[in-house]
Amino acid sequence: MNHELDLSSPLEPERYELKAPPIYHFEVDRREFFKFLGAGVLIVCVLKDSQAEESVSDKPAQSVSLPKEVAAWLHIGEDGGVTVYTGKVEMGQNIRTSLTQAVAEELRVPVEKIQMVMGDTQLTPYDRGTFGSRTTPEMNLQLRKVASAARVTLIGLAAAQWQVDRKRLGAADGKISDTESKRTVEYAALVKGRQLTETIPADEALIPATQWTVAGQALPKVNGRDFVTGKHRYPCDQKLPDMLYGKIVRPDSFGATLASLDIHDAEQIPGVTVVHDRDFVGVAASSPEAASRAASAIRAEWKRQPQISNKELFDYLKKNPVEGSGPLESPFRRETGSVEKVSESADHRLQQSYLVNYIAHAPLEPRAALAQWSGDSLTVWTGTQRPFGVRSELAEAFRMPEERVRVLMPDTGSGYGGKHTGETAIEAARLARAAKRPVKIMWTREEEFTWAYFRPAGVIDVSSAVRNDGKMVSWEYHNYNSGAAGIATVYNVENQRIQFHPVRALLRQGSYRALAATANHFARESHMDELAHLVNKDPLEFRLKNLTNDRLRTVFEAAAKKFGWGQTRAPGHGFGMGGGFEKGGNVATFVEVAVDRTSGDVKVVRMVTAFECGTILIRTVCAINWKAPILWPSAARCLRRLNLKMEGFSTGGSRIIDCRGSAMFRC
Amino acid sequence: MATTRQLNVNGRTYNVDAESDASLLMVLRDHLDLTGSKYGCGEGQCGACTVLIDGKSRRSCITHVGDVAQKKITTIEGLAQGDRLHPVQQAFLDEGAMQCAYCTSGMIMTAVSLLNTRRDSSAAEIARAMEGNICRCGTQPRIVSAIQRAAKAMNESRS
Repeated sequence: MNHELDLSSPLEPERYELKAPPIYHFEVDRREFFKFLGAGVLIVCVLKDSQAEESVSDKPAQSVSLPKEVAAWLHIGEDGGVTVYTGKVEMGQNIRTSLTQAVAEELRVPVEKIQMVMGDTQLTPYDRGTFGSRTTPEMNLQLRKVASAARVTLIGLAAAQWQVDRKRLGAADGKISDTESKRTVEYAALVKGRQLTETIPADEALIPATQWTVAGQALPKVNGRDFVTGKHRYPCDQKLPDMLYGKIVRPDSFGATLASLDIHDAEQIPGVTVVHDRDFVGVAASSPEAASRAASAIRAEWKRQPQISNKELFDYLKKNPVEGSGPLESPFRRETGSVEKVSESADHRLQQSYLVNYIAHAPLEPRAALAQWSGDSLTVWTGTQRPFGVRSELAEAFRMPEERVRVLMPDTGSGYGGKHTGETAIEAARLARAAKRPVKIMWTREEEFTWAYFRPAGVIDVSSAVRNDGKMVSWEYHNYNSGAAGIATVYNVENQRIQFHPVRALLRQGSYRALAATANHFARESHMDELAHLVNKDPLEFRLKNLTNDRLRTVFEAAAKKFGWGQTRAPGHGFGMGGGFEKGGNVATFVEVAVDRTSGDVKVVRMVTAFECGTILIRTVCAINWKAPILWPSAARCLRRLNLKMEGFSTGGSRIIDCRGSAMFRC
Repeated sequence: MATTRQLNVNGRTYNVDAESDASLLMVLRDHLDLTGSKYGCGEGQCGACTVLIDGKSRRSCITHVGDVAQKKITTIEGLAQGDRLHPVQQAFLDEGAMQCAYCTSGMIMTAVSLLNTRRDSSAAEIARAMEGNICRCGTQPRIVSAIQRAAKAMNESRS
């Protein structure tokens, strides 16, 4: 987590928490590799074309390093088992299943034969992190490519063994078969005793979607049984013999420093280790209760820093932009025509501000880590979207080389962009080093609501101009702090000025599910409704008049038709809509709400969404993943904003009541 | 303070050395290594820790272990009979009613408790009964479908 701004990433500039990733230099001896994996066939996918070797070498392995810039690799063992290594992690997006399916399709093996090793910094290739919806467009394709190359290699081995033309051979169900002689051979028999490596480039043509047999079909979660039986071990369920439980003594406000500390009483409790290292104060004990008791026995006084309250927040954001951020035509700023000139002569003008609060990610599994030192090497099991990022954080915190740090990521209880960092990993490792035993840290819900980072708060100012006939002529849009994702307007306006203004971080903030696209779509679509109202047009008609993108028009029209836009509304009921385009997905949603005029309560009656994203890999996963965003905003009205006070914390930001799920069941 | 000696969990008797006011969730997870029940809030508000006490759903994080010493405790680990999953577990699998699945064990236990009482609930009634369990991923519609599927399966196997 970085308090300083990182403006280096053009894709997702609101990822303030991301530091520039180190370039990974993967050096591994091929013989070492087979010693670890066992004999068989190894296919390595490299990101750079120049590194590619097209030929297959079946000579005894030489002491040659595998290429750098590895994306993924796949090993077929002598038992026919397929092991796939990727640095991506599973936290509920179901990529363990979708990636398994991609490999099954290309390699023509049953799903049960495939094991995915994910997010283990010792075993898997470097990966920047699992975020920004990159797994399906990138890793899925890379693994398809790797699996496809493995299939071709196996066909080549069979052709050589049988001395027949490889064109006669086909692959299915873990076997190569000869279409003429009807001979078959299992993959296991083909790879037996071999140490064969092939390197392939990541970017090459793949099997077209129309020929897929497995991908695109519904496939149950591959390890689903472990989840419904409670067998799966999440990061917070990890255990080691002799493990201690850690607890951190927290300040009572953000940015506070330690003024005085009395650890005498805590140190008298048998079996308790107390660690005081600058502003870090924590304990390790043999049970969670003992750790809590010891932490309570510590008397710490903190020197508070002045803080901004809710009332001052938005003013602060507008007054503290980082100057000179981003050139023209960057994701931060774009300009076409002249908004000033046109605005003056337009029939109607509208100026509005939209506010975005800090909110918590609230993953149901709070941050957790188990750390173990062995000599001067460190192993940490933790729930993170960036195992390699956490490895860097640990190496930096303990001033040790990354090679001596291993981070493993067991499939975790969600992240939503909130688990990019390694707070608990560092805390557990610091305590474990002092206690000389493994230590587990599991944040409470209150810690999660207070000490995690938050979705950035923001102010969005929109000024627009429109002609009497409903044609938009000018669009000026300024987003302060909340982020640039989805900042471009999807509507055709000749004169535009769009700018994202990064702000000196007030609180720790970072990526949140859907990133700033949520805020930017909300502001833009709200403004479109207000404009339609201003020129006395139907909001759908007004949008379509200013929209030429066919795919987006299609989803608006499809959803409107299904919803019955234009029908008579029941008394006290209202209709509304919103839509947009983000990361390859076109979406339009229509909603009917009932408003209780006495209490002001708004109840969602029904929603209709049309969604078009191109090829669908797994129907069920896709359906689950796009239904969630329909449910989320409905529940978001129950997500209380993080309350800020001048001094210390109010209770509002730290209670589970902030993320009630009930509204989500009802809508 | 009294020390609880015995707990009946999933048909087994365990000797447990814990204070009477220790939370049942902590005892299950840290003393008995039954980690299927999850910590989500510690305040009984998210449902991730739900277990059955004499067949009825209870939030184990706010249940004192001393209060359940004489009762029959069932956790997610005790639902299946050998390799045969409980109909609710099977229905969650069949409907794909999970994403990160951290809420799943609590959801299943609440659903089992509901179906122990009645199996003719409408989707709206099921939704109401499940409101105390939070899923942050957004799998709620599938969870309701899974519970309807399980209800049907349980009714069919009885008749």
